This record gives sequence, C-alpha cells and structure tokens, in this order.
Amino acid sequence: MELRKTYFADERKDDLHEIGQPRPRSDALGHVTGKTAFFADRSFPGMLHLKMVRSPHHHARIRSIDTSAAQKHPGVVRILTAKDVPHNLYTILILIQVGPEDEHVLAEDKVRWKGEAVVAVLAETERAAQEAAAKVEVDYEVLDPVLSIDAALAPGAPIVNEHHGRNYYLYDSGEARKVRFGDVEAGFAAADHILEQSYASAPIEHAPTETTGCIVVPEGSGRFTCYTNTQAMFFTLDNTSIILQMPGQQLHMVGGTVGGGFGGKVDVIVEPIAILGAKLTGRPVSFVYSREEEMQISSPRAAEKLVIKDGVMKDGRIVARHVKAYIDAGAYSRHSPYGAQKSAAHFPGPYTIPNVWVDSHCVYTNRTPSSAMRGFGVTIGDFALEVQMDKLARLIGMDPLEFRFVNAYRDGDMKAHRQPTEGAALVECMQEAARAANWPIDERFMAMSSRTREGL
Amino acid sequence: MAIRHGRGVAAINYPTGMNLGGDPTQALVHSTPTGNFMVSLSSVDLGQGMKQIMAQICAETIGVPTERVIVDTADTDTGPHCMGTFASRGTHRAGNAVIQAAREARQVMLEVAAEALEVDAGDLETDGTGNIQVKGAPSKSISIFDTALIAHFKLGRSISGRGMFLVPRSYPEAATGAMKPSTCYAHACTVADVEVDDETGEVTVLSVKNVFEIGRALNPKMVEQQLVGGSWMGISHALYETTEPYYPAREHGPTDFNEYLMPGPGDLAKTEVIVLERPAADGPYGAKGPGEMCANPQIPAIANAIFDAVGVRIDTLPITPERILRALKADGAAAHRGR
Amino acid sequence: MAKVPVQFTLNGSEKAEFVESGATLLDVLRDKIGDTSPKAGCRQGTCGSCSVIVDGELRLSCLTLAETCEGASIVTTAGLAEGGVLHPLQRAFMDAFATQCGFCTPGMIMAAKALLDRNPDPSRDEVVEAIAGNICRCTGYEPIIEAVLSAARSNSISAA
Ligand code: FES
Ligand code: FES
Repeated sequence: MELRKTYFADERKDDLHEIGQPRPRSDALGHVTGKTAFFADRSFPGMLHLKMVRSPHHHARIRSIDTSAAQKHPGVVRILTAKDVPHNLYTILILIQVGPEDEHVLAEDKVRWKGEAVVAVLAETERAAQEAAAKVEVDYEVLDPVLSIDAALAPGAPIVNEHHGRNYYLYDSGEARKVRFGDVEAGFAAADHILEQSYASAPIEHAPTETTGCIVVPEGSGRFTCYTNTQAMFFTLDNTSIILQMPGQQLHMVGGTVGGGFGGKVDVIVEPIAILGAKLTGRPVSFVYSREEEMQISSPRAAEKLVIKDGVMKDGRIVARHVKAYIDAGAYSRHSPYGAQKSAAHFPGPYTIPNVWVDSHCVYTNRTPSSAMRGFGVTIGDFALEVQMDKLARLIGMDPLEFRFVNAYRDGDMKAHRQPTEGAALVECMQEAARAANWPIDERFMAMSSRTREGL
Repeated sequence: MAIRHGRGVAAINYPTGMNLGGDPTQALVHSTPTGNFMVSLSSVDLGQGMKQIMAQICAETIGVPTERVIVDTADTDTGPHCMGTFASRGTHRAGNAVIQAAREARQVMLEVAAEALEVDAGDLETDGTGNIQVKGAPSKSISIFDTALIAHFKLGRSISGRGMFLVPRSYPEAATGAMKPSTCYAHACTVADVEVDDETGEVTVLSVKNVFEIGRALNPKMVEQQLVGGSWMGISHALYETTEPYYPAREHGPTDFNEYLMPGPGDLAKTEVIVLERPAADGPYGAKGPGEMCANPQIPAIANAIFDAVGVRIDTLPITPERILRALKADGAAAHRGR
Repeated sequence: MAKVPVQFTLNGSEKAEFVESGATLLDVLRDKIGDTSPKAGCRQGTCGSCSVIVDGELRLSCLTLAETCEGASIVTTAGLAEGGVLHPLQRAFMDAFATQCGFCTPGMIMAAKALLDRNPDPSRDEVVEAIAGNICRCTGYEPIIEAVLSAARSNSISAA
C-alpha cells in the first residue's frame, strides 16, 4: 500500500503521534496463539444444544405440529413451539419505529420460506437435538410460492406476508422510496442520446469463517448472560427484551472478537430463542448455526434488479438519470426497508446530474429473508451505475475515464437527495488511478479538482 | 478461440453510517490510579481492529502512548450504548465518541497537573511519552503516573470523560426524497486488467489497481488489511459468489465451502492499493469509513474489462463462465445474422 | 452411548479421556480437554479452521475420529510457543498483519507449520498449495502467504 500524501496536503496536519502510525494490533498475539476467546470457546456444565426444525416448503400453511415422538427421543430436554414465545411476532427495526412486525420467531400458522424455523429442540447433545428434530412431524398444506421480484409484483400474485398485505414495503411515499430532483422528462427531451439498460444480481453469502451463534447462561442473580457474536449488542438486547417480554436489566450481552461479520450478524435471530430455552430449562444453552445454515438460512445480500435510463449529451454531460431499483427482501423485512431507502439516497452515484428520478422498492418473496451485507443498498447499485457509465461513454465515443471527470461531483454540488457535496475526492482518485494504471487521459482532466468546477 | 485481454475502470463513493433512528455511539474514558486509561464501549470488533484503533484515538487525544490505553468493549453491562458495527460506522461514530470522552478526561488530567505544578492548566501540554510539561519550559513537568496518583489519593478527582456522537434522525421527505441517511463519503477508483478465455468463458483477473480516498489512515497497516481484503472480496463477488446460481430458482444452493465459490490463495489478482487522504470535517482525525466501499469498485471494473476483452456485456452478477459463453454465443449468432 | 478410552499426547503432555464412539478429535480437544485453538468453522472438512498436526501430518480435526488417535502425538497452535517464545510463524503472522478476525489463524498456522516442517524453504506456489484448504474471509490471503514466506526466511536465518 502506498499513501499518496501530495493530494489535499493543505487540508491535513501531519503533527500527530499515535494516529497515522502503523502500530501492531493489540489482538494479534491472542490470534496467533489461539487464545483469543470467540463466543463458542466456552463451555458450561450441563449445557444444552438447540437445533431448529425448519420448513421444507417455500410457502405453506401449518395444519398441525406433533412433537410427541421427538419428545421421547433420548437426551431431549425441552421442545419449543410458537406458543412458548411471549411476543412471537417481531421485526428488528421496531426499536426505531420502523414496522410493522412481520416475522415469527417460531412459525405459527404459515411458513413463508424454505428454511423458516418452526420448532426448537433442546437436548443434551447436538446429535440428540438433531435426531429429535428429524422426528418432529409437521403437517403442511403447500401453497403457491412467489419466488421472484417479477412474480411478486405481478397482478394477482399470492400474498407473501399478510402483515404487509401486499408484496412490497409501503413507505410514506408509497410503493417505493422516491427521490425527485429537477425534471427528468425535460432532461430526456434535451438529451442527444438516451440509454436504458437493466441489471440484476443473485444473492450472496457473508461467509464469515465463524458461523452465527450464541451461548446463554442463566445466572444465580436471575439474569441471563448471553455470549454472542452479534454485530450490535444493544440492538440484540433490546429486541430480545421485546420478544421475551423480559425486562432489559435481566439481560447481559457479552461479545468479544467476532470471527467476521460483513453484515451477516446484525439480525437478531439466535439470541432470543436461546435465552428462552435457558429460561425454561434453567440450563446453559448453545445455539450455533451449522455451515449449511450459515449459507442457506442466515440472511444473504439481497438479489436486486435495476433499470437505469440516462440522457446524455454529445459533450459527455449526463442530463437526466432515471432509476428503478427492486430489492428482493425475501419473506420478511429485517433491515431491507432501510436498505432500499439507503439505495435511493445513493443514486445517481458520485456524479452531478441536474435531473434525477429514483424509485427504490423493497419487495417480498417466498425466499430466505435478505438483510444487511457489506455495501448494503449500494454495492449492486454501483455495479449497475458503473457499467452503465462505461456503456454511455462508448455510446458517445468518449474515453470512459474522461467521461467520468466530466460528470464527477465537486464540492458544493447539490445531490439528488438534497445534501450538498462536501469533501469530494472522486476526481483525485481517478487522476491517481490514471497515473498508476498508465491510462492516458487529456491534460485538462489531470488539472481538475474536486474543490472547484473550474476546467469543466 | 483465444485468450483475450481487457481493461476496465470504475469510480465510486460510499457513505459513512446508517441513520435509521438516529445514529448514536457513546464512550467513557477513565484513568487508573497509575495513569493508564480505560476506554469503555459496547461496540463490536469484527476483526477490523476496532479495539486497536480506539486505543490509538484515545491515546492521541489524551497525549499518551497507545500502550497506556486499554479498551473494554462489547459488553452491555460495562459499555455505554452503541448502535453496532455496520454501515462503515464503527471507526467514525465510536472514534468521535472516544475523542470527546478523552478530551474531557485530558482536561481534568491537566487541571490536576496544574495544581501539582502550581501553574495554569492552559499553559500545560503533554509530551506524548507519558509526561505533562509547561509549554516552553519542558523541564517543569510531572509524569501522568504521578498526576493520576495525586488525582486519586490527594485531590479526590476523577480523571474521566464522557463522549457521545449522535447523528440526529433524518426523516426522508416523502415527495422529494430529501434526507440525510449518512455522513461523510469515501471514494475509490479501480482499474482492472483481465484475461478472458473465449472458449471456456473463464476470466482471470490479472491485476486490480485500487485508489481509495478514506479521509485519514488512522493506522496505515490496518487500513491496508481492510482494503486488500475488501478488494479480494470485490473480485470474488464479481466472478464467483452466489447462494443461488440460478436465481430465482431455489435449487443448487451451496451448503459448504466446496460449493460456495471464492478465489483461493492460488487465484489472487496482483493487487495494488493507493490511499489518498482528504480529512472529513466530521471524522475522528478526519477518518471516513472505508470498510465497505473497498469491496465495491472491482465489480464494475471487472465487468467493464470483460466487455473490453470479448465485446459482450454481462449485466447480471456473478459473471460466470456460463454467462460469458452464452453471451458470446448469442453475440456470434447476431453477428452471423448481421453479415 | 458407548465410551472408549483414548490416550495421546497434546503439545507434549499426556492426555487420557473417555470419549463417545464417533466423537471427533475437534470436539474432544475443544470440549473435553479445553484446547480451543482449533476452531469449528464448518465441521464438514471444507474450511481448514480445525487443522491440527497428528504424528507430523496435517489433519482436519473435524473429520478425525478421536478414537483413531490412540497413542498419537498431536500438536495445535496453542502449543506452538515454547516457554513463552513465539514460533517464527506466530511472529511472522503478527509482523505481516496477517490476522484480522483471527478465526482462521490457528488453522492457517497449522497448515503452514506442516509445510515448513517438511519443506523449510518453500516457494510461493508451495505455500499457496499448503494453505489452499484453509478459508480466510478477511485478508485476501496475500498477507498470509507473505507471513509464511517470511517465517521460512527467518527460520533459515536462525538455522544458519
Ligand atoms: S471445521 Fe474442520 S474443515 Fe471446517
Ligand atoms: S482473519 Fe478472519 S477469516 Fe482469516
């Protein structure tokens, strides 16, 4: 890595002692000696293991659940179903008043995705829990699933989630989070060229080397200590408090070093049910995702679909950008309504475009609920935007890098979501990239600055 | 049939923080009787090195070496509230809270030292190695060790401070979308060089040259860790990863690391990382959040490089050999018809 | 469940345990003996985080039955530092900033040790091959490869 100190040197004072120094990491010694304590590096006498019975169907009504055979399996201590969970219907963002509650901790009347948790089995060993889980009998009436964004939004599509009553999240702005800036139609009318293109992505997994999980210990004080690898301690505590209808002071969340998160450990999934298990059995409980669960059950990055329509002038100026974004939330909201909103604010990317129109939708399907991941609401949008930029440049016969200089935002430019640009540095990044890669660009672009519109 | 070379570029920006219901993080700092400093937080270290960075930020602000700072975090009994580690917010939000707490603690420390040295607190400075001295007269000094002892045992003062960083909640305007979902923006530009085998559709990423502007590299080696690892993840995202290779079909989902594809140590692109620093006005020592954005620009840069190499656009992620071959075939058929 | 006795040495000290027939070495090390340096990243043999050295051979402890280790000599990352002095690999991983979350680190170090024990002066390709069964999601592998190569260099310097 190289630090290029020549850029913005006048905005920086290099008079610091500790900051800017490549100090060794204080946790490295623990890592290389195997002493760093991850949450699962603890075991407690009498600890039980929790395994989930999961839906084999994308969409089905639950007619009945029979746990009697599982109950008799050697080593089984307790079996939990929906009626054991005090406040079974929840949604993570209710803490900040983003509702409605739309997801069951354990499925009640319906399952809405293949893999949804239906019954929790607590047993002396992981193996006993696994074997007993296989003996739980659930009688399903299979329903038509909705598996894609297009299917979800088609007229007459089955409703994925009755708590929303429609297959998309309803914002105060309607079926999408909207950004309206300038007049796109006027922009298109004035444009020399118009290009409309569609982009898409499949879900991906965070794949941290340490899977999601927690260990809960009931303490003599009546409190519960939960060793967890959540990325958000109080989010987890406060949601657990709501779900279990348990005063917050009875809960103690302990984290530590987490074996990678990448956004995959911000949903509150394992802790509430494990704490409930510990409460009802009076014993420590471990609930750790298998690798298979981590890959197919834990929330992935959403699949997305984007349609971008741009109006561009022969001289390279983009005069209008129209974006329709669809985020496949799967069966439940989790963090997706916010992801779609963040996505709306991110368009039109780091460019100053006078006319911008954005509709960003959060769509429900009978799929594994998606949620936050590194680049939440942005990564796929950036893929689409930057491929679109390449296409636009070629369309008007301009060098793709030079084309970006013409449009790059500068300090003081108003963004589409009405925030003034501050601290811009796109121009300088591109100048340095041109140098590093020997990408030939005209001198006038090398003389430009993010601090001024001069030279444009 | 040939191996074709292509080059592509992409430029991006990335917001710091996730303003849902307001975006707060708090921190507490206090000294031990012998002048070490304890930072209490509830933020989570995911491996990015939050504990180390918070120690350096606290040390810089108080004016002591980093080894004198201990960070206790991720415990809801001892740490004040933090929204969590996500949205590139950890260093920025917690860092600002630590600075505020450390400033308050430093002020008390200087007042105690001033009393001991019988001077004005305003005339004192730290030397960065563990002493407090009179500005312009460094021989008149007292160690932080002694200062802490005096505070604890003679003056009965608590060398401590409280820190809070809150981005107030932003409610988007329904009609226009006016909103403030985040604060300062990091930037990046990546140039990717690829080879595409037009017979197999296989892509080899030869090199990625990444330029990242991150406000300030608080610890350059740790910044490098994140940026290099992120760049690898971006390449992986572009070409390999998915839990559902035939989305929206639910079949063929990988359940282990043999099926979930990622580049291994033998598949690495030559990775160059260059860092620019334009300090953010609201960042801790100018830092922005680089943790997420560093994995983004490689994806479109590679997609564009593939087009440059073989003349087909793959607008669906991941860009698998199968998709490339199908596109080449369709392109060939189109060219044939055109002839 | 039937229990079987098993004795082996772990990092040089004798261990004797009654284990369930079918128990993995990983579970016995972590839950019975309390050596949590091998990590359970997948329990499927696909991530390498559970790697240990059994009689000089690199093994995935999640796929190794404990009862097959009778009389074996087992080495884990927890046993590498001798008398508080770090193994050159441990030093090199620290110096090269080759750990982020650290979850893959003990397994990586085992894989690298198994390589250096049989080939003290490996090429980059040999290092790559040696760690190819170990997943790291944080580092992008480059610093890990660097660390192993630099440990090999420092080894040959100290041996000279
Ligand atoms: S835990 Fe053994 S290979 Fe993953
Ligand atoms: S350092 Fe996190 S998995 Fe390797």
